[in-house]
Amino acid sequence: MTGETTQGESLRRTPLYEEHKALGARMVPFAGWEMPLQYTGIVEEHRAVRQAAGLFDVSHMGEIEVSGPGARQALQRLVTNDVERLVPGRALYTVMCTPEGGVVDDLLVYQLDDQRYMLVVNAANTARDLEWVREHAGGPQVTVVDRSLETALLALQGPRAQAILSLVTDDVDLEALRPFHFVGGWEGMISRTGYTGEDGFELFVSWDGAPAIWRGILAAGEPEGLVPAGLGARDTLRLEACLPLYGQELDLETTPLEAGLDFVVKWDKGPFLGRDALLRQRQQGLRKKLVGLRLLEPGVARTGYRVLDERGEPVGRVTSGTVAPTLQASIALAYVPPAVAAVGQRLAVEIRGRAVAAQVVETPFYRRRRGG
Amino acid sequence: MAHEVPDGLYYTEEHEWLRVEGDEGVVGITAYAQDQLGDVVFVELPEVGAQYRAGEAFGVVESVKTVSDVYMPVSARVVAVNGALADRPELVNQDPYGEGWLVRIQILNRDELAGLLDAAAYRQRTS
Repeated sequence: MTGETTQGESLRRTPLYEEHKALGARMVPFAGWEMPLQYTGIVEEHRAVRQAAGLFDVSHMGEIEVSGPGARQALQRLVTNDVERLVPGRALYTVMCTPEGGVVDDLLVYQLDDQRYMLVVNAANTARDLEWVREHAGGPQVTVVDRSLETALLALQGPRAQAILSLVTDDVDLEALRPFHFVGGWEGMISRTGYTGEDGFELFVSWDGAPAIWRGILAAGEPEGLVPAGLGARDTLRLEACLPLYGQELDLETTPLEAGLDFVVKWDKGPFLGRDALLRQRQQGLRKKLVGLRLLEPGVARTGYRVLDERGEPVGRVTSGTVAPTLQASIALAYVPPAVAAVGQRLAVEIRGRAVAAQVVETPFYRRRRGG
Repeated sequence: MAHEVPDGLYYTEEHEWLRVEGDEGVVGITAYAQDQLGDVVFVELPEVGAQYRAGEAFGVVESVKTVSDVYMPVSARVVAVNGALADRPELVNQDPYGEGWLVRIQILNRDELAGLLDAAAYRQRTS
């Protein structure tokens, strides 16, 4: 067996590092941070989130504050979604694009008050995003501040998330908190958002206050089936729910239209970075399209594996793939030409030189039952 | 965490074990190896009759996160493969020295056994 090696580079640690060690987590380097991959096991943690709840440390994610009298207008030009839909207490999923239409990052924009917004961005992109936001949204009317290292972020996800959170919060009406809404501000914020395909909350807390909150939620939630969950389960959960991951489904060479994120591109809102290029692409047609694949034979389609058409010709690449714990099936996301992207299309994935039969299927692979 | 390393088996630097039974042997991956991999979701095994030199990759063990080759401890011909792993790859995690075995081999060069680690040496490698 060949082992994985990890480099002894200097990695950042979240305020929960000691908690993870005490829980026996396997720590791995991720986007410049030393993060928990798993505690007891990816599949067990994945199932706990689908059936009860999981608590994730995602403090490595970046938080950028954009404020000032020009903030709203600047953000409207910066991202593809319509910031005019925001009011204080609401969040919006969006992407920001280059003038050529490539995705700089996908992010959530939270409106805190009239002139203050928080952008939550991917850990791997935080430095580049900060530069991008300063260059394209900064100015005399707009202040851009990196608050990543003072803001810890916990994600409590799963059908029992609300019941568990209600045990440790008595002054928040969680029932009334709708998806993509939040309460609070920098000093402590509860948002009904997540990245697992389940109901859940994300808690923005102070760096120093994070360990006590982490321990409090875990202790309160244990009888409800809550477990700490690592980045491994986060990845299998988001893949079942077809939530894109930057660096895999999204990058500078890919447009939101190709990634199936049309719903975050608002053509009528006025000018924004990338609009002309995206409009051109919409008129001329996509070069590639993100599809869901199900393998029809045993195997695992990994990131980067080639997708073959029925004649065995390479036509695309897998961006993410796994054996889905909830579905007990081998699934993958892949970019292929639109001509072979229809549901039902037979394709193959080249796994170690062998063409393994696959089929384009409906996405998401997993959709939670609502109101159950 | 200390992992089980049964006495009486041979071990490789790459974390395979070999139990010798006469001219034949059984090969699997160690408890340490399965723990490092995490949840095993797929095992690719060779055809019966395939022949390998010592150190050659004969199969692949895939966990949720990683893909790992497995190597033949000694030059050998495969006489049986563990068919149960097709439906239950998790046996590699649950019982790496028992039901999670990978292949049964005919040992072609017994002299190569001398180049393998014993339990004490392997314990030292993985402690």
